[in-house]
Amino acid sequence: MLELRKDIFADERDDNLKEVGKPTQRQDMLGHVTGTSAYYDDHRFANLLHLKILRSPHAHARIRSIDDAAAARAPGVKRIIRGADVPVNLNTLLSLIQFGKDDEPSLATDVVRYKGEPVVAVVATSERAALEALALIRVSYEPLPAVFDVEEALKPGAVSVNAAYPKNTFEYYNKYDHQKLRFGDADAAFAQADIVLDERYQMSPIEHAPTETNGSIAVPDTNGRFIVYTSTQALFFSLDTAAKINAMPSNQLHFIGGTVGGGFGGKVDTLTEPLAILAARLTGAPVRHRLSRHEEMQFGSPRGGERIYIKDGIMRDGRIIARKVRAYFDSGAYTRLSSYAAVKCAAHIPGPYTIPNVSADVYCVYTNRTPATAMRGFGVTALDFGLECQMDKGAVAVGMDPLEYRMLNAYRDGDMKAHRREAKNCALIECAQVAAEKASWPLRDEFRRMSSRTGGGVQRAGGGADRTRAPAPAPAPATRPAPVTPQRVSYERPAAAPAQSAPPPPPRTPSPPPAVQPAGSTHGAPRFSSVFGTRRR
Amino acid sequence: MAKHRGRGVATINYPIGMNLGGDPSQALVHSNPTGKFTVALSSIDLGQGMKSVTRQICAETLGVPVEDVYVDTADSDTGPHCMGSFASRGTHRVGNAVMAAAREARAVMMEAAAEELEVDPGDLETDGRGAIQVKGAPHRSISVRDVAIAAQFKQGKTISGRGIFLVPLSDVNPETGEMSPATCYAHACLIAEVEVDDETGEVTVLKMTSAYELGRAINPKLVEQQLVGGTWMGMSHALYETPEPYYPDTREGPRDFNEYLMPGPGDICPHDIAVLERPAPDGPFGAKGPGEMCANPVLPAVANAIFNAVGVRIDELPITPEKILRALKARGGAAGAALPRAR
Amino acid sequence: MKTPVQFRLNGEEVAAFAESGANLLDVLRESVGDLSVKGGCWQGTCGTCTVLVDGAPRLSCITLAESCAGKSIETAGGLRRGAELHPLQSAFMERFAAQCGYCTPGMLMAAKALLDRNPNPSREEVVDAICGNICRCTGYEPIIAAVLDAARGDSRRRA
Repeated sequence: MLELRKDIFADERDDNLKEVGKPTQRQDMLGHVTGTSAYYDDHRFANLLHLKILRSPHAHARIRSIDDAAAARAPGVKRIIRGADVPVNLNTLLSLIQFGKDDEPSLATDVVRYKGEPVVAVVATSERAALEALALIRVSYEPLPAVFDVEEALKPGAVSVNAAYPKNTFEYYNKYDHQKLRFGDADAAFAQADIVLDERYQMSPIEHAPTETNGSIAVPDTNGRFIVYTSTQALFFSLDTAAKINAMPSNQLHFIGGTVGGGFGGKVDTLTEPLAILAARLTGAPVRHRLSRHEEMQFGSPRGGERIYIKDGIMRDGRIIARKVRAYFDSGAYTRLSSYAAVKCAAHIPGPYTIPNVSADVYCVYTNRTPATAMRGFGVTALDFGLECQMDKGAVAVGMDPLEYRMLNAYRDGDMKAHRREAKNCALIECAQVAAEKASWPLRDEFRRMSSRTGGGVQRAGGGADRTRAPAPAPAPATRPAPVTPQRVSYERPAAAPAQSAPPPPPRTPSPPPAVQPAGSTHGAPRFSSVFGTRRR
Repeated sequence: MAKHRGRGVATINYPIGMNLGGDPSQALVHSNPTGKFTVALSSIDLGQGMKSVTRQICAETLGVPVEDVYVDTADSDTGPHCMGSFASRGTHRVGNAVMAAAREARAVMMEAAAEELEVDPGDLETDGRGAIQVKGAPHRSISVRDVAIAAQFKQGKTISGRGIFLVPLSDVNPETGEMSPATCYAHACLIAEVEVDDETGEVTVLKMTSAYELGRAINPKLVEQQLVGGTWMGMSHALYETPEPYYPDTREGPRDFNEYLMPGPGDICPHDIAVLERPAPDGPFGAKGPGEMCANPVLPAVANAIFNAVGVRIDELPITPEKILRALKARGGAAGAALPRAR
Repeated sequence: MKTPVQFRLNGEEVAAFAESGANLLDVLRESVGDLSVKGGCWQGTCGTCTVLVDGAPRLSCITLAESCAGKSIETAGGLRRGAELHPLQSAFMERFAAQCGYCTPGMLMAAKALLDRNPNPSREEVVDAICGNICRCTGYEPIIAAVLDAARGDSRRRA
C-alpha cells in the first residue's frame, strides 16, 4: 500500500471523515472478476448486422470513382453506405462547443487525406461477409503529394492538407495561426543570461491500445428511437455528435455505456456511433460497428507526435530568468481535439516554475497522417518530457544538483504565473522533499527546509531579486489553519516590467496575502472573445 | 561491455479538469422507499474508478454508510449531462456535482427526521451507520430507513437532490495568453533508477520512487491503482511504444501487439509511492485527480537517468536500444555523467 | 455452411451450430452466449480471449471451434461454485487487481492454468504464465500479487 503522508499540510485539512479516505472495495470489482461486467458488446441481438469500412490506401489522393456494384450483390450484404448517404457529412468534434470549423467527413467523397481514411461502409450479416464484400469494391484514386513533417507543412508552398485550414494550421480567434504566451520580455532576458540552452525534443505518436477496441451497437427501439450501446468516454458528447451527423433530434438517441474496457482518451472521438446509427436507420436492424485491432492501432486516433523547442536563459546561481517555447502538435489530417491540445500546452508553459520572462508559440499543424486526438496527459505529457529534460540540462550547465535546481525555481504560493494568475495551493517543493527522502537523494539543509507556503510573492515576478538570498526557512508549525485565499485574478504591476528594472526591496517577513477579491471581479485583461471564437450562449 | 546504473528525477504539476473550464457535470441523488440511495450519472467508468469514488463522496455527504449508496451510470435517458471522463476531471467535477446533489438530498432527509423527532433540523446529526440522532442525546434517534418511509408516505417529501458543478469558462487573451487554465493543480516528483547495457543498448528500469500530491485521496487503493498503472504506462511511452517507428516517415507501422511493444509483467519494477494531500479549495473534500499525471514524470525521469548512467541524451521518444547505441558510438563510449554533488 | 459442435463448457454439455471456420471466441459468445470471454485483438496477440481447453490455456480467437469438439472448456464465467468465488477471484478482488476489468477474465484463466498444474509457483513462474496477457491499466504488480496470494491459499491481502 502506498504511504499516506498525512503529516504534511495537515493544518489545511479536516481528516475527520467516515467514508472518504477509506480503501473501500470498488463497486464494479465483483463484476470484473466474474466476467459479468457488461461492456458495450455484451448484448446479443437476433439478426445483428456488421459494419465494416473500406479505407484509403493512400496518404493523399483524389477519388476518381467508386464501383461498389459487385459488393452490393455479394452474399450477406444488406447495404452499402457512401458519403452522399450521410445526412451531415462534414463535422468537427468541438463544433458542439463552437470551437473550430467542420472539416472531417464520415465517409470521404472527393479527397482522402490520410492512409486509412474511411471511404465506403458495408453492412452485412456477418463480419466475414462484410470483409469479403469490401474486397470487391473498386476505388480509383489519383495519388497526390503528401506532407508528413510538421515544420515542412508550415513552409510556404507546402502541400495543403485540410480544405478548411489551407495553410495547415488551425485558426485561433479568426486571427492567429497559433497560440501565444507573452509574459515579461524573454528576448531581453536571454541577452542578460549567463547561460542559454536551446534544445529540441520530439515525442512519438502513441497508441492508446485499450484492451477493448472502439465500438458501438445501434439498435432500433420499439418507440422509433435508437438505442446505442457504446464504448465512448463521453456519453452526451458522442450522442450529440451522432445526432448532428445523422441530422436527428438528440432525444431520438438513447445512449447506454459507462463500463468501458480502457479509454485513455481514445474513445472520445465518436468513431463508430454515427455510421452504426445510420446503418440501423437504413436497414431497420441492429448494427455493430467495431474496430479491429489493426484499425484501432493504425486508424484510431493516436496521441499526436509533438515537436518542442525550449530555450532557457539561466543565471550562474541557478535562477532561470527566461524560457521560450515553440511547440508543434501534429494533428494529422483533421482537427478532432488537437486544436485544444495546443491551448492546453500553452496553458502549461513554463511548467511549475516561477520564471519572470516567458514566451511561447504553440501550433496545431495538419499533416497527411491519421488524425490525432486526446491521450492521457493531453497537451502536457510531451511538454513535461521536454521541460524536465531541459531542467536536467540546466542543472548540469550551472553545476547544481538536479533536484535542488528544480526546487530553487519551483513556484510557490503567491508567485505570479506566466498566465498572470497568482500561484496557490502549490506543493512541488514538498513532493521533491518527500521523494528525495524516500530515495536517499541528498539535499542541502536549506532545501530540506523550503516550503511552498513561504518565499513566494509579488517581488519574485518583477525580476527575482529575492532569489539571490538564501531561501527562507520554513515557518514554525501553524497554530491556526492557514487562510485559504480565493483565486486572485487581477494583479497590479507596473506596465511592461522588463527583467532589468530595479526590483523593489524584498520585505523582511513574508508579505500578507493580498486582499481578497470578490469572486466576480473582472480580469486584468481586456475582454477578448473567448477561445471558442464566439461567446458561449 | 558493461551495465551502468543511473538515477534521474522529474518534478511536474498537472491541471485538473478541462483546460479553461466550461466543462459541467451534473448528478441526481435520490432515496428509495427504505432509505437506500442511488446516484444517477452519465459519467463513464473507464477503469479509473468513477463509480466507486462518486459512491464514497455521496455516502460521506449524506452521512450514510457506503453500502447504502449505489451509482448508476451511464444512460442518457436517466443520467444528467456530464462532459465526459477525460482531462483528470472526474473526481473533481463529477465529485463536486454529486456532493451538491447529496447535500440537497441530505437537507430534505434531516428536515423529515426533525419532523419525526419533533426537533429542529439543526439539532440533528447522522451517525454514519444508518441512523440520525439528536446531537448530544444519541438515544433519541431514528433510522434513515424510517425517515425515508415517513418522508414519502406520511410527509409527502422527496428525499432527493440535484447537483451541477461548473468552472466558468475562462477567456484567453490571444496576444498575451492570459487565461485561467485551471482552478487547482496536482503535483509529483519521481525518481527513476535504471541500468543501461552499453553493448545491447537495453534499458532496465530498476526502481521508481515518487511523491504525488493529490489534494485528497478519496480512496487510497484507487489512487494506488492509478499511480502504479500510470507509471507503467509512462515507462512504456519512454522506452517502448510507437505506432510510427520512423516518425515522421510513416512506414513500418505496427498492426498488432507483436509489433507494438509494451513492457510485460517481467519488465516491471518496484515503485515506492508516497501521497501528499494539500486540499484544493474547490475540490470535493479537497480532491484533485491523479488519472493523467501519473505517467508524465516517468518519461523525463528515465531519460535523465539514462544520461546519469551512460552520459548520452536521447531527446526523441521512444528511447530504443538502437538510439542509445548510436548515441554511445557518437560519444565514443559510455561514461556515467556524475553531477557535481555526491549521491 | 454450419457445423454442429459439441463440448463441455464449465462442466455442462453444450452444443452449437458454428459456421465452418468459426473461431471458438465467436462461438462461445455469439452461439453459446458465454459473454465472460472477451475479444481484444482477434489476432492472437493480446491474450484477452484466453480460455482453458482440456486444462491448457488457449487463445480462443485463433482456435477453430470445430477443433474443440468433445473437449472440456473453462471460462471465467464458470469459476464460481455457486455463490463461492474461486480463490483467484477473491485474491484479485482483495489485491485490487482489476481496473477496467476487460483483461481480467483472460488473465484469471491463464492464472488458473498455472495453479492447476503448479499449486506453489514462484514469482517468475507467475510472470511467465501471464506474460501472454496484456493489461493496459494495472501495471501488472497487483495481478502478480493476487496470483501468489491465491497460490498460498490465503485470499487475505498481505500487508
